[in-house]
Amino acid sequence: MTAGSEQHPLWVAIVGSGPSGFYAAEGLLKSGRTVRVDMFERLPAPFGLVRHGVAPDHPKLKEPIRVYDRIARVDEFRLLGNVTVGRDVSVEELRAAYHAVLFCCGAETDRRLGIPGEDLPGSHTATEFVGWYNAHPDYRDREFDLSQEVAVIIGQGNVAIDVCRILAKTVDELKHTDIAAHALECLAASRIREIHLIGRRGPAQAKFTTKEFREIGELADCDPVVDPADLELNPESLAELEDRAGSVAKKNLEVLKGFASRPARPTHRRVFLRFLLSPVELRDDAGSGGGGGAGGGGQLSQVVLERNRLEGGPFRQTARATGERLTLECGLLFRSIGYKGVAIPGVPFDPRQGVFPSRDGRIVDEAGAAIPGLYAAGWIKRGPTGIIGTNRADSLATVNSLLADRPILDTGPKPGAEGVAGLGPGQGPRVVSYADWLVIDGAEVQRGASKGKPREKFTRVAEMLRLLDRPLP
Amino acid sequence: MPTIVTGNCERCRFTDCVTVCPVACFHSDDQMLYIDNNVCIDCGACIPTCPVQAIYEEADLPNELRVWIAINAERAPNLPSITEKEEPLPGAEARKADLGF
Repeated sequence: MTAGSEQHPLWVAIVGSGPSGFYAAEGLLKSGRTVRVDMFERLPAPFGLVRHGVAPDHPKLKEPIRVYDRIARVDEFRLLGNVTVGRDVSVEELRAAYHAVLFCCGAETDRRLGIPGEDLPGSHTATEFVGWYNAHPDYRDREFDLSQEVAVIIGQGNVAIDVCRILAKTVDELKHTDIAAHALECLAASRIREIHLIGRRGPAQAKFTTKEFREIGELADCDPVVDPADLELNPESLAELEDRAGSVAKKNLEVLKGFASRPARPTHRRVFLRFLLSPVELRDDAGSGGGGGAGGGGQLSQVVLERNRLEGGPFRQTARATGERLTLECGLLFRSIGYKGVAIPGVPFDPRQGVFPSRDGRIVDEAGAAIPGLYAAGWIKRGPTGIIGTNRADSLATVNSLLADRPILDTGPKPGAEGVAGLGPGQGPRVVSYADWLVIDGAEVQRGASKGKPREKFTRVAEMLRLLDRPLP
Repeated sequence: MPTIVTGNCERCRFTDCVTVCPVACFHSDDQMLYIDNNVCIDCGACIPTCPVQAIYEEADLPNELRVWIAINAERAPNLPSITEKEEPLPGAEARKADLGF
């Protein structure tokens, strides 16, 4: 019998509790079918990148948590936090206990530049820094040398600009946000004076949204710097701006021209928006050149950049190296050139794209055939593009495929989490329910109140678990 | 800064926008949609999804369309919420062509 009725509910395991996971849960729970959703999350805290990715000074972008909270309180929904799929529970076990497993586990790692010196001390991924200032337990103990005066950010997307803004802001601009206390303390002692935001293509191709771009011009003690020569566009870029598809780029250009023409203020910090440059090597202060080989032991001290020119027609322009090189002294570098998903044993993985290969949300094997009962949504499906809301449409599309497949899914009754060995009381991880999360959430809000912060996040898994199962007073 | 649905939505009502709204801030009557700016988070996800470019951030709103700020504010809270895509109104494609899209 096809699952999805009151007597025979459709059991779905969702892996990941970020936006795509919650929008998938919403779609399933509003489908008109009887569906039971168990959402697995490796941390005790849900909400993925809305909690650990969205910048602390963008509180409005965290409002979707109110929507997720409403979804989480539906009777047919359960959170199973602090459970890592692929370690505490295998994909095979989930497939046996549920009619369908829907992966919404995002893109957790960074793309590499693939240049010498990439791993020198002082060179970091944007992910590490974002996780660190947002209190992600995985990045709690990372260290960033903010005694440097020059920081370089490679990449010009919204994450790059978040990193830039957090480095550029004063403590007063951050202290009433939910930024992690340990990060605020380090940033208070920051000696950074210059931040270089490096893009490999021109200003017309930058991926910023205009709103985030404008913010760089509205900082208390930091001015944007643009080289007017960078704003002289080639005919192909001018054609892009005149096209409807170029409307964001056109607005961005207006913002940049505003930056270039306004009088400089005597600010403590400056952000240099730089274009048509690619890093080719990171060098250390031991003079040995970075990367593999002998030598080493030194700190990052210099980035070598190569100037690019654009090639190709409008909207197809790519960056080509010209051979002209320049160096920039810097002791701190973040790369933010894109993200990749991480493989989970038991699920096909495309290491080049960093996604679970899929068609219409159905995960496919090497031959391209859909594997019954395995689905993907969000960044692990389409790669790291779009903003929070983009994932809603994406998740709903996958849910439609899943619901259409009901006749071909396993038709027997399923036990859900109760049927998964190792998740019972007294065994395996301490499973964190949504009610448990609300205890942690309440404690965070309380900790923040005395500092005028919306919350002070816990940064260690053990701290969060300690709040649970306390004997009654 | 509010995000506003303007007159191009009237007699079209394509509703692509509602599928990408992360906070369910769209409301609708028979003719068009409106945004409840007490709920909207200004993420802008909806703006590029509109086939007739009816949605604007306030900063980009042409003067002759500013009247829609008050109309959205007034109507949205009193109308039912819309979170799933619906069929466009009959004649929507013709109107889209008339509007030059």
